Amino acid sequence: MYFGLSEEQNQFQDYVKKFLSDNVSVDEIRKIANGDDQKLHDDIKSGLMNLGLSSLLIPENYGGLGGDLLSAVSISQGLGTGVGPISFAGSYVMTPIALSLGGNDDQKDKYLPKIASNEIKFGVGLSEYVAAREDSGIELNKGKASGKALFVIDGDDADFFILSDKGGTMFIVDKNDKGLEVIQLTTVDKTRLYLELNLKNVKAEVLQETENNPFIIQKVIDAGRIILSADSLGASETMIEKAVSYAKERKQFNRVIGSFQAVKHMCAEMAADLEPCYAMLWQAAHSFDHDPDEARLQACQAKSHIAEVAKMVSKKATEVHGGMGFTDLLGLHYWFKRIGLNRQILGGPELVREEAAELQGFNQ
Amino acid sequence: MNLEYGPEYEDFRAEVIDFCKEYEGISFENTSSKNVSRSEWQKILIEKGFIARAIPKEYGGFGGETDIIKSRIIATEFSKAKIPGGMGGQGIDMLVPTLLEWGTEEQKQQYIQPTLHGEMIWCQGYSEPNAGSDLASLQTKGELKDGNWVINGQKIWTSTAQYSQMMFCLVRTEPQAPKHSGISFILIPMDTPGIEIRPLVDMTLNAGFNEVFFTDVTVPEGNIVGKRGDGWSVANSVLGHERGSLADPNATMNRLNTLINMMKEETIDGRRLIDIPSYRDRLMQVQGKVMANQAHSLRLLSSKINPGQNVKLGGMIQKLVGTELRHEMEALAIDVLGEIGTLYEETPRLKENGSFQFHYMYFLGLIIGGGTNQIQKNIISERGLGMPKEPKVQEAS
Repeated sequence: MYFGLSEEQNQFQDYVKKFLSDNVSVDEIRKIANGDDQKLHDDIKSGLMNLGLSSLLIPENYGGLGGDLLSAVSISQGLGTGVGPISFAGSYVMTPIALSLGGNDDQKDKYLPKIASNEIKFGVGLSEYVAAREDSGIELNKGKASGKALFVIDGDDADFFILSDKGGTMFIVDKNDKGLEVIQLTTVDKTRLYLELNLKNVKAEVLQETENNPFIIQKVIDAGRIILSADSLGASETMIEKAVSYAKERKQFNRVIGSFQAVKHMCAEMAADLEPCYAMLWQAAHSFDHDPDEARLQACQAKSHIAEVAKMVSKKATEVHGGMGFTDLLGLHYWFKRIGLNRQILGGPELVREEAAELQGFNQ
Repeated sequence: MNLEYGPEYEDFRAEVIDFCKEYEGISFENTSSKNVSRSEWQKILIEKGFIARAIPKEYGGFGGETDIIKSRIIATEFSKAKIPGGMGGQGIDMLVPTLLEWGTEEQKQQYIQPTLHGEMIWCQGYSEPNAGSDLASLQTKGELKDGNWVINGQKIWTSTAQYSQMMFCLVRTEPQAPKHSGISFILIPMDTPGIEIRPLVDMTLNAGFNEVFFTDVTVPEGNIVGKRGDGWSVANSVLGHERGSLADPNATMNRLNTLINMMKEETIDGRRLIDIPSYRDRLMQVQGKVMANQAHSLRLLSSKINPGQNVKLGGMIQKLVGTELRHEMEALAIDVLGEIGTLYEETPRLKENGSFQFHYMYFLGLIIGGGTNQIQKNIISERGLGMPKEPKVQEAS
């Protein structure tokens, strides 16, 4: 019995962490967030891609590494620690899972190898299936899609998008389709891009297995929720580390502030609440890979619980930094905002808890 | 990640399940047809190796090897089948491991077997009115006179003192030494003249604790465990066990199920409590924490059987997180019951024997006891996160 990430998974995570700490300081994050240096952003993206992120979840017979969700979790934790300014949950986790489970053989042949080799890229917009806000929602009619998709994730440089109708039928649209309007949304999290898509009779390539089978879209959403939670966990880990090291250096009243119990206890509370989240997250990923009966409940609860803990950490860690924590100068807010986005995407805590209750038959 | 224990352990699990079936419905109450005394039950469990596994046969144990996976399987299956576990208490949980590590051969022979078999009950004499969180400043005095320790002073928060045959006690024997190295660990028979026990009623209205007063209490010199002045180290070698055991994850899971069932049965205006969205959301939040805690305990188990898996911080948080969670869960049960939730002791309309109120208060006691949760936060921040200690204040006169 071994409960935890394998040596290989830890190593993979360390490569990601090392790449980010060597190449993506707060100054670089700021340049990317402000859109000041496209070349820098491209270099970072290709540097991370060279680690094999795009092929991780592509099955081996389609040119990928055939990794499992727990491996993707280990990567996502790493990306979260350094607020990696790159697509992952949508393009390289939800997409390969959607295609592998929902696509026919032709579709798999057509897309999977090219995702692995990083020749094509997908953005993913399934928010409407979870909770359709405002006027969003898409209708499928005779192979054509019309409507709006809000909060498409990983849409930067995307060649295709995976969307769904309200019934959970997933389909692919081409970014060059004339009926497709792409609108960029600006959120607090500028380390990643979010889009709105406006569709008017756009050609929809339906993933056939997903028709009348909501199990597949749910599985894709479970994976997305687990990966976003891993990102928040990684970001929280860094926020605690930064708070602790700041508290060990900063002096007031002739003492380092880390010797005051008021400060120490905030740090202890963050660490104590975050620590069980690792196990919860890994167990959810493990269930996704091996124990489908438990997987959905665990994905919902991990999404909710880790979102709550990460929110608490993002607040307290900022407070430990005092006024500096509030400044743009320190850049701590990039982690704060990343946690804020992960919390809402694919269902905020209250929504996923309600799903968890439904799964157990608690609301009649 | 590999959550399989392997065929050897699955065989063992099957054996435990069979055992649970055989003793299904067992009770310590006279009214039950499946009645057995606590100490008989204790002996049955030791014989099977379900408890006292690693304690040598010559001291009354099973004489096997420590196997925490087996312990986990036993705890889980017993909990599922609602079969009572072995006896706990300060003697079995704390004194026996202490004696195995520090005791003389004579002490092991004399005390371990009757303690394991439930024939010798122990209480712990550590805290004093002026030595709580700062335990090492304890002042109960022990002087060596004519081959005997003569003990004077007072202990407090002494659970089960009124039922105990023996106390293991921290006593200041070296008043000149620095505070941590002036303490000795001494065993005191509770029927020794000069001991007075006064029950201390707690907020649950149970006399769970006592004050114990010592006036010229005289015990043989050989009742010391370890050397003079080693008492702090002797006591600390097992304190970790207590902190880890205060909020058992199996018990927490059972309690959550009790809460869920109650919320399905009880109603407001004919509507089940679980169908009320605000109550249900709080339940789901607590369930999330329980699931995180369960997974975390598996990770800790894994770290004990896989050398090199480092979860140092993970072990330190157990007492803090576990006790707060239980307190929160019981509070939720009270809130969803509303006025009914305030009923206590013997009264019409009582739910679950008043156990929600009892545990709500009891776990507040555990948040404070066993090293307050504020002390736990000091430990986590200092030993876990490497933050500096509070600077020493000049000794106030």
